[in-house]
Amino acid sequence: MNYLVDEKGFYGDFGGAFIPEMLHANIEELRNHYMGIIYDPDFQDEMQDLLKNYVGRPSPLYHAKRMSKHFGTTIYLKREDLNHTGAHKINNTIGQILLAQKLGKKRIIAETGAGQHGVATATVCALMGLECIVYMGEVDIARQAPNVSRMRMLGAEVRPATSGSKTLKDATNEAIRDWINNPTDTHYIIGSVVGPHPYPDMVARFQAIISKEMRWQLKEQTGSELPDIIIACVGGGSNAAGAYYHYLDEPDVRLIAVEAAGLGIHSGESAATSVLGSKGIIHGSRTLLMQTDDGQIVEPYSISAGLDYPGIGPMHAHLIDSGRAEAVSVTDDEALDSAFLVTRLEGIIPALESAHAFAAMDKIKYNADDTVVINLSGRGDKDLSTYIKKLDQA
Amino acid sequence: MNRIDQLFQAKKDHILNIYFTAGFPNLDDTVTIIKTLDHAGADMIEIGMPYSDPMADGPTIQESGSKAIANGMTLSTLFQQLKDIRKETQIPLLFMGYLNQMMQYGVDKFLQGCTAAGIDGLIIPDLPVDIYESELKDKIAGSGLHIIFLITPQTSEDRIRKIDALAGGFIYMVSSASITGAKSGISDEQTKYFERVNAMNLKNPRLIGFGISNHQTFETACQYADGAIIGSAFIRHLGQNQNRVQEATREFVEGILEKSEA
Repeated sequence: MNYLVDEKGFYGDFGGAFIPEMLHANIEELRNHYMGIIYDPDFQDEMQDLLKNYVGRPSPLYHAKRMSKHFGTTIYLKREDLNHTGAHKINNTIGQILLAQKLGKKRIIAETGAGQHGVATATVCALMGLECIVYMGEVDIARQAPNVSRMRMLGAEVRPATSGSKTLKDATNEAIRDWINNPTDTHYIIGSVVGPHPYPDMVARFQAIISKEMRWQLKEQTGSELPDIIIACVGGGSNAAGAYYHYLDEPDVRLIAVEAAGLGIHSGESAATSVLGSKGIIHGSRTLLMQTDDGQIVEPYSISAGLDYPGIGPMHAHLIDSGRAEAVSVTDDEALDSAFLVTRLEGIIPALESAHAFAAMDKIKYNADDTVVINLSGRGDKDLSTYIKKLDQA
Repeated sequence: MNRIDQLFQAKKDHILNIYFTAGFPNLDDTVTIIKTLDHAGADMIEIGMPYSDPMADGPTIQESGSKAIANGMTLSTLFQQLKDIRKETQIPLLFMGYLNQMMQYGVDKFLQGCTAAGIDGLIIPDLPVDIYESELKDKIAGSGLHIIFLITPQTSEDRIRKIDALAGGFIYMVSSASITGAKSGISDEQTKYFERVNAMNLKNPRLIGFGISNHQTFETACQYADGAIIGSAFIRHLGQNQNRVQEATREFVEGILEKSEA
């Protein structure tokens, strides 16, 4: 089976570009040019240089010995938390800012939920001297103040999204509207493998460096490029897309997609889209999303602001639907416990999103002689206030 | 014959198409607003199906949709409200909403509901012409409903011709690169775009929408098309007059038309 996008922009029945005519010209421009630009040798040279010398790639693949002992198998951590700005998000923004320059765009817009993608976008805009506007839900601005300050220090304008539920999905709507209103000079840097084609494919290609490095790093450390299991958390799904990318056609490698169950899958406060969602259209893409019987998009919940997106990228919808990836869901409490376990076993404070991936170890079957790679998508500095609350309760 | 076609045969200019959000400002205003718009002199009505994430719309229409959803408006309720509408009025009625709403309701069931209620056409802004052609054309065209597509100043001539070939009823000419309710007035650049499209000899008539808010912009738009569409300005007016919806509707239409005739 083909797990990558087809020539019409679909992953099986998922994907496509369900966009108003006002966006057609923008999307068409991207669709016609993105592959040619990305695979131009000069573009690749420039991007690889920045990824190496600015971002700090390759990110280490770390054999977590104490964790391995704890779980009774062999566990490696892909250390995306060690990238500049503290998460995998910058892999994509580096690629897209270079692309925007090639397209001659002068103005950059982005959406952000927790603020990680906003910071990664503001960072590359500062690096390139481009105007940057980040849309962020009013609710998220209040609960992610440090990242708002970082974006401002980097010179970005943070515009509150005051419509709807005032969170990530609304920030995305506002960014799309900005793009409709500014069709010629603006590039929209989407932060995940969501949105209309070609975004899911383009973002996956920029994140694919994660699994590209994993292959040679595993070969170096274990003698084989192939692990038995790859675990990654999925909100929209960009870190998972990157961690899976070069293993999609290796059927012996199990792909585990960890969703946020919030207070529990059936609590009414959850973001476990593959379980609670149904097929529909969100942000220009046909995928699985959480909605009411009347087709109104539901506001999801998770303790992790990076996982509370009401949809998942169309590639993941297809991977889960076709059985290529297994979806697992993890509650707030399980993720918090996991964050403390990893911190105390390995001296690494993970982002709450990544903590969900670790918690999946308690949910899946594995063998003692397996090699498991967990994608440590980001560091936990931004979640300290949540962690401290948990410490104070203990 | 479809009521939209009848209208364009009978009337060649100054067609006034008014949009309102079903369930706004009050859940049960739908029939009152339709009848009053008709009596006051509107030629066509777009009934907005309120949606949580209306990507092509501005804050005015989104907020009216949120209010309507909070009021309890659903597609089932809307069909129920409209079941006897054709005993009251023969004005052409369109539904405007997003593809996800149709999908969840069920495309077949939705189209049956539309024909049963006497709806004449659909505007689904996030259904691009290409996907319409490959996935929904047989069903929608087979139902007798017209599908109305948008074009913008960025839409290429080839694409306009493709849209003209597939569209029915009329073409919705978006006046500028914008969401609904964002900009007001009509610039020289826009009139050049209108003239360019007019010179293409399309089979479908055109209505201009986005940025039309009063008698003056309506008049200007009518110089370059068969008529115009007003949405956000009417929603704002209703929002300011929630307890006198009937009077507010009448005075709004009269304001657009009376002044335009003077």
